[in-house]
Amino acid sequence: MLKILKYSFFDLARSRWSYIYFLFYLLLGFILFFLNHEVSKAVITLLNIIIILTPLIGTIFGVMYYYSSKEFTELLLAQPLKRTTIFIGQYLGLSLSLSLSLILGLGIPFVLYGVFLSSAIWNFTMLLLIGGFLTFIFVALSFLIGLSFNDKIKGFGVAILLWLFLAVIYDGIFLLSMILFDDYPLDKFALAMTMFNPIDLSRILILLKLDISALLGYTGAVFQKFFGTNFGMIISMTVLSLWILVPSWFMVKKALKKDF
Amino acid sequence: MIEIKNLYKSYGPVDVLNGINLTLDQKGIIAILGPNGSGKTTMIKTILGMVIAQKGDILLNGESVKNKWSYRDQISYLPQIANFPQNLSVTELIGMIKNLRTQQADDVALIELFGLTPFLDKKLGTLSGGTRQKVNIVLTFMFDSPLVILDEPTTGLDPVALIHLKKIINEEKQKGKMILITTHIMNLVEEISDQVIFILDGNIYFNGTVSGLKSQTKQTNLEHAIAAILEKNHA
Repeated sequence: MLKILKYSFFDLARSRWSYIYFLFYLLLGFILFFLNHEVSKAVITLLNIIIILTPLIGTIFGVMYYYSSKEFTELLLAQPLKRTTIFIGQYLGLSLSLSLSLILGLGIPFVLYGVFLSSAIWNFTMLLLIGGFLTFIFVALSFLIGLSFNDKIKGFGVAILLWLFLAVIYDGIFLLSMILFDDYPLDKFALAMTMFNPIDLSRILILLKLDISALLGYTGAVFQKFFGTNFGMIISMTVLSLWILVPSWFMVKKALKKDF
Repeated sequence: MIEIKNLYKSYGPVDVLNGINLTLDQKGIIAILGPNGSGKTTMIKTILGMVIAQKGDILLNGESVKNKWSYRDQISYLPQIANFPQNLSVTELIGMIKNLRTQQADDVALIELFGLTPFLDKKLGTLSGGTRQKVNIVLTFMFDSPLVILDEPTTGLDPVALIHLKKIINEEKQKGKMILITTHIMNLVEEISDQVIFILDGNIYFNGTVSGLKSQTKQTNLEHAIAAILEKNHA
């Protein structure tokens, strides 16, 4: 598996897109510091970007990489290699290279501007960790979509729709149901709804870490009570890990049954 | 030895293999013939485990290949379409496959033979179809596997390369290997094959020698013999 991981990783390391992604984050980091010199403020601005962008990039890169490495995959399938090894290796190679672009791209400006000396170091680390989680989650989902659709265009469409659903539409439905069922106690429901969307879960997790939960009003208080505790933290990290494990498990299942 | 037992495969509503039973135990060159879409490639890919059959089993030297993977180090496979990662160079591709198989490989002589030396540093995406097929051949024959499977090996080759290919196939045969080959070029079949298997609509229609096929169809020419079978069955 390490060999496949290595080949996928270096294949990506040579591709133009990884550098563009890396440079984008690098530029973003420096611009943020140019606009506001405070590290903690930069972290909050960054949150909104990371929450939307890492899933989008994970989805697009995931689908693109799956379809464009089809030849590579077919070549590997005829070799004495396990199917699970091939797909998990490629998956890890892509996820790691994207996460590395994120961590290096944002890490360099933050380190230069003295994140180590500021109190925002934990929030920043948390942000990068969440970004990494989201990358792994959405690459797994898009690989799963790629394996399910032989047609490239269809797969691409479904993947983008999934991102759109989780990043935008889900929140809309969430809010709408909150307004419609305003008369009922909704805190448990809201908590559950959040768990079923990795983007929402990540957002809440960081907002609470940043101690700006007061902005969220009553629900914020409930969330703070839940997520603010160690128990809540462990639960949410477990759920995020499940969001990686479950799609990748389905991905392997699908890969084992597929004809090439 | 390959034993195919009652192999069924359908893609959606299309039945490709309809319960194939076949035992191949003779060393030498076995030509697998059949019209387009008769299931030749599907059968080959099930042996390799790339296609998963709905029913039936394939035994390689007495062991089922289902859900196995390590047996593939006994097989050299030349795929029908030379699809390679576009942004790798020829050297990198060969190095990668060698690294992944961790077997003794003899690629230098083959590269020399097919005149690939000037292309070694070129990206695979920029190569012509014929050159890519030569790379494909090098990748297949650089390992010393007891079973060689060639799916349309002649596609895009110039006459010189074709002569080299035939020579290599014969050399491999001399080493006592089993070589499965699918092709639509009947001259090649007549020239090199020891056994002929004709697949029609996902079933084995004929299993024997070239002369056997000719006498069964009462034709003197292999191409006409095949055409006679097809016309009889689709008339």
